[in-house]
Amino acid sequence: MAYPHDHELEVRTLLSRHMGDPKARDLETWRRYGGYEALKQAVEMDPDEITTVVKDSGLRGRGGAGFPTGMKWSFMPKDDGQQHYLCCNADESEPGAFKDREILRWTPHLLIEGCLIAARAIRAEHAYIYVRGEYFPYTRILNAAVVEAYEAGIIGEKVMGSKWSCDITVHIGAGAYIAGEETGLMSSLMGGRAEPWIKPPFPAQAGVFGKPTTVNNVETLAAVPMILSNGADWYRQWGTEKSAGTKLWCCSGHLVRPGNYELALGVPLGEIIHDVCGGPPNGKKVKAVIPGGSSTALLTADELECVTTYEGLAEAGSSLGTASPIVMDEDTNIVAAIRRIAEFYAHESCGQCVQCREGTSWIAKILRRIERGDGQPDDIDTLYHMCEQMTGRTICVLADSVVFPLKSSLDKFLGEYEALMPRSGVVAGA
Amino acid sequence: MSGRIHPAVVSAQPFQLPERDPDAPLFDTEAGKERVEMVLSRYPDKRAATLPLIAYVQELRGWVSPEAMVEVAEQLDLTPAYVRSVATFYTMYNKHPVGKYLIQVCTNISCHLNRAEEVLERFLEETGTLEGETTEDGRYTVIEAECLGACGFATVVQIDNEYYENVSPEKVPEILRGLE
Repeated sequence: MAYPHDHELEVRTLLSRHMGDPKARDLETWRRYGGYEALKQAVEMDPDEITTVVKDSGLRGRGGAGFPTGMKWSFMPKDDGQQHYLCCNADESEPGAFKDREILRWTPHLLIEGCLIAARAIRAEHAYIYVRGEYFPYTRILNAAVVEAYEAGIIGEKVMGSKWSCDITVHIGAGAYIAGEETGLMSSLMGGRAEPWIKPPFPAQAGVFGKPTTVNNVETLAAVPMILSNGADWYRQWGTEKSAGTKLWCCSGHLVRPGNYELALGVPLGEIIHDVCGGPPNGKKVKAVIPGGSSTALLTADELECVTTYEGLAEAGSSLGTASPIVMDEDTNIVAAIRRIAEFYAHESCGQCVQCREGTSWIAKILRRIERGDGQPDDIDTLYHMCEQMTGRTICVLADSVVFPLKSSLDKFLGEYEALMPRSGVVAGA
Repeated sequence: MSGRIHPAVVSAQPFQLPERDPDAPLFDTEAGKERVEMVLSRYPDKRAATLPLIAYVQELRGWVSPEAMVEVAEQLDLTPAYVRSVATFYTMYNKHPVGKYLIQVCTNISCHLNRAEEVLERFLEETGTLEGETTEDGRYTVIEAECLGACGFATVVQIDNEYYENVSPEKVPEILRGLE
């Protein structure tokens, strides 16, 4: 069953096969679909063996940074006698992304199974699933599945009848983008403001509650059971050497068929937008695409032949991010769109770093006045200058996240900004 | 009411409910004590219960008053200032009473591209209120929200705990009628 649309380019692995099928939420049906078979295997395996399979599969973190998952797990200490923790990042807060929501609401048991296998691999006996507060309807579904799995002996004491025990706790946030950043998430989970911290210490050394911790995204963990069942080579039948496997795409903006699609990594971006999603409605042309969620650099209609791998989008000067293309048609006011994104980052800055706290608000303010037609002569120069000052100088990448869309829009659509400047204003040097 | 909640999901209870009692007692009742104990059982550190207990206050009362923050602080041996600094960091904790129906219209980028501002306008018009204010009968509060994470179904609106997808300005009156 497809959800919400079907396309021949789609690859429907376990990641999306049951989306749209409410029966898949029940444990009984899920088991009939083959659920928890990989876990049965995992509880009998040595933790390092599990890590090796995931390492060999080439799976990379699906939360935005794309860090190799098996390698991340291998950073966790061994025989240190400490409690270890797994944190599942279900804070999905990047504008444009809505894939974790689909996993939570259609296949919660898949996520639970992935969490338990990952916990086993990193020698954790407690996993926290941190879900963004707004996702109440989907948290309710996850909660029901967690309780069901506890009652069936899948979570808790002696997982699947083995000697290994592991708890899962669902924990919800309350509206903070920055809680999706891994150290911000841990700050929040520990009962604080979701303020990121400087690394080191890395989570694998001292994470949540000061203990070795791994933070993995929902989609990453959901990919683990099928990798363990079918093997690393099976997973590598899709994608490229550096970008193996399949990926859930979240397509939004001006599209005939927006939604989630599971695709092999490496499809040209233009094909996703035009063939899979039908392009913009009413026969309009594409003006620009932000390919990886709001924090990635914008591409123009002429740049859509790039392939959607981590390396392909990096070569194109942008990033795969959360694989969430936001499509803007030919009538889009680019300045207004970027202004809206800047307002978001200004709202979500946690306020620890000056460059970010002051910079995001200042950018939003300048963009508002340019959009109104009240731009000052040096505004565009100031924006460029701020892009420089806000890159790579803060604890986390929130400041950089506003720079990517802003700077790329200035570089590629400068004419649209200039057209809004008052006639008497001379735009110098931009 | 909390009696049947499994401890694994006690920190993940919906806290924006249309039914609430602004004067509900918090932690002195059996249910309140049980909730605190159950939340604490899931973490190695008391402080981790801060968000779940603030959420519990809102679940019961619909908002989190400064006095309630003091009560949360007492439960967890924290200072009231600390609890306040946490409560005010997160947008979903209501620091003022809100209407029975809290209507949040996402106007972030994907929704912005799909007439979100018009949807917001229409909600304000139909309920006869200003953004962030509550109607005199206490029924509606309409606010602009940041990304609700359902961008392929723009415009997205959240009313209390529920999601409404593909909302166009034309659908607004029908949605409001459905709440009655």
